[in-house]
Amino acid sequence: MSKQKIDSRVNFLGVEFPNPIVLSSGILGMTATSMEKVITSGAGGVTTKSTNISGRDGNPCPKVITYEAGMLNCYGLTNAGFLNEKNEIKELKQRRPENPVIISIFGFSLEEFEQIAKKLDQTQADLVEVNISCPNVKEETPKPFACLTGMPRQVVKLVKKNTKKPIIVKLSPNVTDIVAIAKEVEDAGADAISAINTLGPGMVINIEAKRPVLSVGSGGISGPAIRPLAVRMIYDVYQAVKIPLVGIGGVTTGRDALEMIMAGAELVGVGSGVYYQGIDIFAKINQEIRKWMQKNQVKSIAELVGAAHR
Amino acid sequence: MSKAIKKPEQPKIYKVKQIIQEAQGFKTFRFQGKMELEAGQFIMFWIPGLDMKPFSVSSSDGEYFEITAMKIGDFTQAMFNLKVGDQVGIQGPYGRGFQISEKNNIVIMGGGCGIAPINLLVERAQAKNKNITFIGGCRNQAVFLKREKIAKLIKNCYFTTDDGSFGEKGFTTEILEKLIKKGQKIDQILACGPEIMLYKCAKIAVKNNIACQVSLERMMKCAIGICGQCVLDGSGIRVCKDGPVLSAEKALTSPEFGSYKRDERGRIVKA
Ligand SMILES: Cc1cc2nc3c(=O)[nH]c(=O)nc-3n(C[C@H](O)[C@H](O)[C@H](O)COP(=O)(O)OP(=O)(O)OC[C@H]3O[C@@H](n4cnc5c(N)ncnc54)[C@H](O)[C@@H]3O)c2cc1C
Ligand SMILES: Cc1cc2nc3c(=O)[nH]c(=O)nc-3n(C[C@H](O)[C@H](O)[C@H](O)COP(=O)(O)O)c2cc1C
Ligand code: FES
Repeated sequence: MSKQKIDSRVNFLGVEFPNPIVLSSGILGMTATSMEKVITSGAGGVTTKSTNISGRDGNPCPKVITYEAGMLNCYGLTNAGFLNEKNEIKELKQRRPENPVIISIFGFSLEEFEQIAKKLDQTQADLVEVNISCPNVKEETPKPFACLTGMPRQVVKLVKKNTKKPIIVKLSPNVTDIVAIAKEVEDAGADAISAINTLGPGMVINIEAKRPVLSVGSGGISGPAIRPLAVRMIYDVYQAVKIPLVGIGGVTTGRDALEMIMAGAELVGVGSGVYYQGIDIFAKINQEIRKWMQKNQVKSIAELVGAAHR
Repeated sequence: MSKAIKKPEQPKIYKVKQIIQEAQGFKTFRFQGKMELEAGQFIMFWIPGLDMKPFSVSSSDGEYFEITAMKIGDFTQAMFNLKVGDQVGIQGPYGRGFQISEKNNIVIMGGGCGIAPINLLVERAQAKNKNITFIGGCRNQAVFLKREKIAKLIKNCYFTTDDGSFGEKGFTTEILEKLIKKGQKIDQILACGPEIMLYKCAKIAVKNNIACQVSLERMMKCAIGICGQCVLDGSGIRVCKDGPVLSAEKALTSPEFGSYKRDERGRIVKA
């Protein structure tokens, strides 16, 4: 077979990603250098660690625990606040202008979402991810907004009203009907959807200590274990909405990423995979995708999006 | 395509076997168990219900291992409150330790609480029959960790204190420069201590073309290289995974080495 030209670029909401693999929020996304390293390691774009206006300390350790099929974390949205984030993004954009940056934001109330939304246009981020689905901040929000009816709509409207940047809304898998919420946020004006955030929360008990390992008891589950759930949710949401999707959850190989794309995702988020495959995971996945495309004579990613539905 | 599943990691529960009062402000916690590691690698020390933080292993003989802590805040205070028989969790070891040179003449430098892992390094270098020169530095005699033990073990020992209460008044790096000037043959420098000492050490080593490794400390949370808490500016090195021991050249690629760190939220603070 002659070598054909493969186009791994993805145009997502008018922003060009050199390849479909993006760093998910909360993993190696604290500083410009850290994200630059991820880009050097092959990611098409990056998502920053979720930020609110004032910053936050987060929970004590252990905040991550691995188990046979994945990991649990209870970071609790540690971040340095909006101003710091803005500067890190500026720095990153100077060094890597060609790679899109998604700023991830959160708030514990509609007011907080509004405050940060008003400042988004001051940043050099290409896109905004609205995190309404972190399961690890029980004190502030017993349930994430993504799990409360009516709230996703209000948050989306508020953020949309206050920024010109396209917004991606990050959904929680911890709901009875993710499709209903997807439709709600689309209807409220979301430009895209990313899914899924971590599952659960779950718990791991240390049987010698006779207590949960994670400092706050439980934490959101990520990694290979949640992949089939994430793929199914992307599959269902793809059928229900017209806006583009970022598929996230348990992706560690090119095969996994292709699965997510065929289910309907245009971009594929990778987080926990860094633990399983090392920081080179981004390049490895891209290589595996290209190899597969070469073998199957597929010229562009766009041809594959939603292929499992046809 | 590559396999995803990895062996899960959990803190292993140990009873504190013995507690040794060291120099002022230091305690050593002794545990029974086999801890296979390189000097300079670290473990995460879990006090259930409180927190989990990174510590070096200061001694390990295959049957017992030790952790030596300096009291500086809430967590280390809680460690100091531990009693023999109390249960704690230990996870690891993590990161990359010191790689002792194949060559013979090694200078080992330790400062402040950095002498804890240096103690294990000395044990390891001695087991390899290296010709060791030790240079240790502290604020004053009272807080000088393991000085008697090290002096007994190593013939070529130099001690410095900031106030001259023990050894020479001055800094370890001044002794290092003197030795180099005198023409002492040095094949490798291995150092752990305050960052300013490590920085000077690295500079001196590079200038004189001597192989050198330094052990860095950064805020650590996950210890498995995913959260980004410990990433060095400039190089993107994850200290928990690619370090904590780095070659002098690698450490010097980061503008933050010797100059600043980041706090838990990721804000810049002076080193
Ligand atoms: C690789 C490595 C090896 C270490 N080995 C030793 C050792 O052998 N003996 C020893 O006494 N200390 C060691 N430390 C430092 C030790 O982790 C801190 O002293 C301890 O976490 C302080 O906690 P605290 O609550 O008592 O103090 P705090 O008041 O919370 O903090 C005091 C200072 O300790 C450091 N620190 C706090 N939390 C962390 C954290 N999660 N990760 C890294 N640094 C932190 C910060 O510089 C902080 O300013 C090591 C650190 C690292 C990164
Ligand atoms: C350590 C850790 C921290 C995370 N922090 C955030 C966060 O701040 N904001 C967010 O939207 N998602 C966060 N997530 C969720 C991930 O972005 C992702 O949705 C989830 O982990 C599933 O993908 P994965 O299996 O590839 O990790 C975090 C996940 C992990 C493992
Ligand atoms: S401590 Fe999390 S990446 Fe090093």
